[in-house]
Amino acid sequence: MKRYEQFPHTADIGVHVFGKDLKELFENAAFAMFDIIADLEGMKTSITKEFEVKAPNHEELLVAWLDELLYNFYTKSIIFSGFKVEELSENLIKATASGRPVGENRNRLQTEIKAATYSDLKIKETPDGYQVDIIFDI
Amino acid sequence: MAAWQGRLEKIDDYRWRIPKSYKPGMRVDGVIYADEEMLKDIINDKAAEQVANVAFLPGIVSHSLAMPDIHWGYGFAIGGVAATDVDAGGVISPGGVGFDINCGVRLMKTSLAEDELKPKLRDLVYALYNDVPAGVGSKGDIRISEAEERKLLVEGAKWVVEHGYGRSDDVEYTEEHGAVKGADPNAVSARAYERGKNQSGTLGSGNHFLEIQAIDEVYDSEAADVIGLDKGQITVMIHSGSRGLGYQVCDEYSKDFISCLSKYGINVPDRQLACAPVDSPEGKAYLGAMRCAANYAWANRQCLMHLTRLAFMKVFQRSEKDLGMDLVYDVAHNIAKIEKHAVNGKERTLCVHRKGATRAFPPEHPEIPAKYKKIGQPVIIPGDMGRNSYLLVGTRKAEETFFSTCHGAGRLMSRSAAISKCRGRSISRELESKGIIVKSSGRETLAEEAPEAYKNVNEVVGVVHGAGISKRVCRMKPLGVIKG
Repeated sequence: MKRYEQFPHTADIGVHVFGKDLKELFENAAFAMFDIIADLEGMKTSITKEFEVKAPNHEELLVAWLDELLYNFYTKSIIFSGFKVEELSENLIKATASGRPVGENRNRLQTEIKAATYSDLKIKETPDGYQVDIIFDI
Repeated sequence: MAAWQGRLEKIDDYRWRIPKSYKPGMRVDGVIYADEEMLKDIINDKAAEQVANVAFLPGIVSHSLAMPDIHWGYGFAIGGVAATDVDAGGVISPGGVGFDINCGVRLMKTSLAEDELKPKLRDLVYALYNDVPAGVGSKGDIRISEAEERKLLVEGAKWVVEHGYGRSDDVEYTEEHGAVKGADPNAVSARAYERGKNQSGTLGSGNHFLEIQAIDEVYDSEAADVIGLDKGQITVMIHSGSRGLGYQVCDEYSKDFISCLSKYGINVPDRQLACAPVDSPEGKAYLGAMRCAANYAWANRQCLMHLTRLAFMKVFQRSEKDLGMDLVYDVAHNIAKIEKHAVNGKERTLCVHRKGATRAFPPEHPEIPAKYKKIGQPVIIPGDMGRNSYLLVGTRKAEETFFSTCHGAGRLMSRSAAISKCRGRSISRELESKGIIVKSSGRETLAEEAPEAYKNVNEVVGVVHGAGISKRVCRMKPLGVIKG
């Protein structure tokens, strides 16, 4: 199954994200975001961080999870490329993300994402699992 | 991506109405400023639907407006203007300002003529590229403590001027004197401080830029004289915003405001339009935080202008005074302002959201510099890097748009479409053959930002000029461009 694909959006970047279950959907959404931010091809990971994020429902949780990663990218200077969701409920996600410091990988950076938006955000069930469309403000 | 299926009624050659009967919940009509040709592109994506969605906002007065550079955004369309009546439960929406709070432009003039600059253009572009931090993850050279940062968020451009980044008369030529009142540093989270740290004096990436230009057409010689501009003169335009600090403020308040929808019984068709009454604890907190981010952005553009002056002085080996590097004006184009406007003949206090739109006050307005009282507020309209940019002034006619006008060319093509259209081409070489030198830190930035990805700014400005909501003063052509 494809992890994600970009769709054309006039001003920003839109992605269709796929997952066989919700956990995978959240992992692939994070991967899509960092795949836009940086060239992840062949990048080995050296740091792993644990995350715990809360929100009122799945959709808001998805945006909160992405924004938490984004905040860590900007302030801790880590490019994340591997994601493992350990626990996921309607209101809580527990996950680990592994990555590498920006430092020696500065040349991998390509696009500045300001935030994940709620615009037209809906998690849908499909015959293969789940799909969500996310618009990133860049 | 669904094209617009609803009704669009022609009001005149420049104005189109989305009647409020289009969908239940709209409180006012939508009005799009465009000509017939431009409308064909506008209705191709979700921008018109977003104009209709904004008409749901409680307290909205007159119309949900869209400028001719309108394109698909999130929540609001880019190019959207909406004013809500503060004393009638009017709301404020972080999505009506956007993530890059006080993204804006400033224009600086010089005493240089085009033929004088040309031999040094390449050196100048490299010096600016070297000295002005740009691109994703870039850091500025201003390191300040949190206590000082809090002062910067209140005092804006003035604070950085007092710390050596510019001259005191710069703030006079900045919207709100570079610091909107009512900024509340306590409403800014520790995370927002952290994301903004080290980013003062950085350009950013995407569509942000620094451009060396020459005036190639003067339309209103009287206004150009007042400003001190003439054909062939070199100007510098800087486009940047509030960087990570603004993004984090918008992000956090957008989240918090979702719960305000049920708390205040508000019905909007898109979560990104989450809002709260201006006069509520949440509304006040966001206003206080948004103003901090706005002031941060004015401080940032002030720093960028200072670095630009230094690079010019280094390359030309002449003093700043000799180079005549005076600020013409600085405008915000992503902001919400509390302003007094006449609505149905009565003065009301409104919260005017301008998301991808520029304030354009008319002649004699008390809030514009004395020097410009007769001609109206300068409005700076950047175009794409291959065509033109404009300097306009505000008009009395713009009362119908709460004294607002367009903010730029507006995108036409998605970034991915632009990249695939430009595959195999060298945009920098194409521009160089037209005499434009471009340096960019992002690998794909040039393709994403290729001139054809944008609407033709000449047409956009043609609409606002034709509709009378602002007036052409002069046009600039790009010579050197630094992109993030």
